[in-house]
Amino acid sequence: MENKFTRNIYMVPYALWIALFVIAPILLVLYYSFFDIEGNLSLINYQKFFTPVYLKMTLSSFWYAFLITLISLIVAYPTAYLLTKTKHKQLWLLLIIVPSWINLLLKAYAFLGIFGTYGITNSFLEVIGIGSQQILFTDFSFIFVSVYIFIPFMILPIFNSLNELNPTLIDAANDLGASKWTTFRRVIFPLTIDGVKSGCQVVFIPALSLFMLTRLIAGNRVITLGTAIEQHFLVTQDWGMGSTIAVFLIIIMFLFMSFTGTRKRGI
Amino acid sequence: MNRLIRVFLAVVIASALLLFAINRLNKAEGFAGDNTLTIYNWGDYIDDELIDRFEEETGIKIIYETFDSNEAMLTKIQQGGTTYDIAVPSEYMIDKMREEDLLIPLDHSKIPNLKNIDERFMDLPFDPANKYSVPYFWGTVGIVYNTKMLNDIEITSWNDLWNPALKNEILLVDGAREVMGMGLNSLNYSLNDTNEAHLKEAKEKLDSLTPNIKAIVGDEIKILIANEEAAVGVVWSGDAADMMWENENLDYVVPSEGSNLWFDNMVIPKTAKNVDAAHQFINFMLDPEVSAQNTEWVSYSTPNKAALEFMPEEMVEDERFYPSPELTEKLEVYENLGKKNLAMYNDFFLQFKMHRK
Repeated sequence: MENKFTRNIYMVPYALWIALFVIAPILLVLYYSFFDIEGNLSLINYQKFFTPVYLKMTLSSFWYAFLITLISLIVAYPTAYLLTKTKHKQLWLLLIIVPSWINLLLKAYAFLGIFGTYGITNSFLEVIGIGSQQILFTDFSFIFVSVYIFIPFMILPIFNSLNELNPTLIDAANDLGASKWTTFRRVIFPLTIDGVKSGCQVVFIPALSLFMLTRLIAGNRVITLGTAIEQHFLVTQDWGMGSTIAVFLIIIMFLFMSFTGTRKRGI
Repeated sequence: MNRLIRVFLAVVIASALLLFAINRLNKAEGFAGDNTLTIYNWGDYIDDELIDRFEEETGIKIIYETFDSNEAMLTKIQQGGTTYDIAVPSEYMIDKMREEDLLIPLDHSKIPNLKNIDERFMDLPFDPANKYSVPYFWGTVGIVYNTKMLNDIEITSWNDLWNPALKNEILLVDGAREVMGMGLNSLNYSLNDTNEAHLKEAKEKLDSLTPNIKAIVGDEIKILIANEEAAVGVVWSGDAADMMWENENLDYVVPSEGSNLWFDNMVIPKTAKNVDAAHQFINFMLDPEVSAQNTEWVSYSTPNKAALEFMPEEMVEDERFYPSPELTEKLEVYENLGKKNLAMYNDFFLQFKMHRK
């Protein structure tokens, strides 16, 4: 009995946190989405969302988030795999995590210098004879910088699941005559799929609503839902429309979460 | 468990010590004194020396905070919990703050230096008879361009930007009214036009400019243009002056079709605690010598006629920043168009941004 009581006590901060900082904001967002710009109750924002402008924006946000997640995954999986094979795993892992401690804005500004017309990338291209290219304010730079920023979050869960993998299973596969590729396809990958899924979640969802990089690195050549939300809240002060876009973002995130969700049995 | 408690206690004690230290530091800087004046201004928008001088002359302690957009400032003042005695909004925002009853009327008898302000800048539509505001700085929106990178291409008007030779060379500032205004001006419509057909026409005209646009950016535009990342920029005059200071190949022009004329103004918001000190400060800033020193430091244009005498001649006679009355005639001040029209401007601006090359 007492055990149950103390357990409930411990639940209080958690429940309060969830209620105040997760449920209440979502309800508020939902509430605001039903008001037009003059403060009248209406569904006009939802109507507006289904016009070509916002649908196109949704699609392009999706496309960029998809590319960012895919490229991160392609880079992160082999990296994580190699990491588990190195001697000083923890040191290497730390080196990958350290850049994520630096402020995002600082990193973005650094890329302004690196990718600029007179930046080091272009000096290098000049030296090897390719000649100066426009890198800043292109799709390439946007995706490159986003991948750079998100990659530690992709590597970590994959590394953890690879690290927990029982090496005897691989030995067993080898003994039973599986080729390296088959071992990877039938043994390693299925056993680390949970790491891949949570990595994708941690990258895809924030990538959908990126907004600062779209201006700094892509020069507003890329418009995502996040950019539109920011504009509606700060410039137009059309909180209703901003909230409506946020509602759709939340729905998309829930769908994505349940789609990639891990069904764990047991505890 | 014991260890957990010890760690927890250590954190609590460390936090308490930090709090104590912050308090002491604040006191040492005089934050807890009674006679303080809280100023809420744009970043980089006052000569710090003048703050010290005001404190010395009056014994009033100044707390200085900055904002980076009119909207952010409005939100903070609306929501209360702040004690700003002075704020510096732009003209269309004053209109809005007046409507929402967020301003305290000025007592002109306490601001004798008001007589120094050029009559051209008094009694403007956004604040008749200057009941609530005193102009602080003014300026224009125009084109900054790199003469070295452009060779012989001359830029004197908005329509010159549509020149195919400028492919991928233009940076725009990320502001709906500035960019839409440029489209409207290039078609000889008013900056405050709310006719949807005209705005659509302007948006389509802007779409045809996309091959020339390299990016639409925020404050970074100052660094980017000064570093010759692009040859042309659409910017506010004061930012242009900053860039020209950094890079001598740059020049600035107010387009011949007309452009925006803006004012930043000192007001006393309803949140004020020290209205007397606020009047003293406004009067102090309007002193000709003080205003001249501030203008030289900030490099925007001063509305203070008496201050011009104390400023270097080449600064005052620079038509780019002190345009002749003939050109000023063509400039328009932004009107507060109301939320609905502003939303329309933003929708068109968003559509324009989404238009791909």
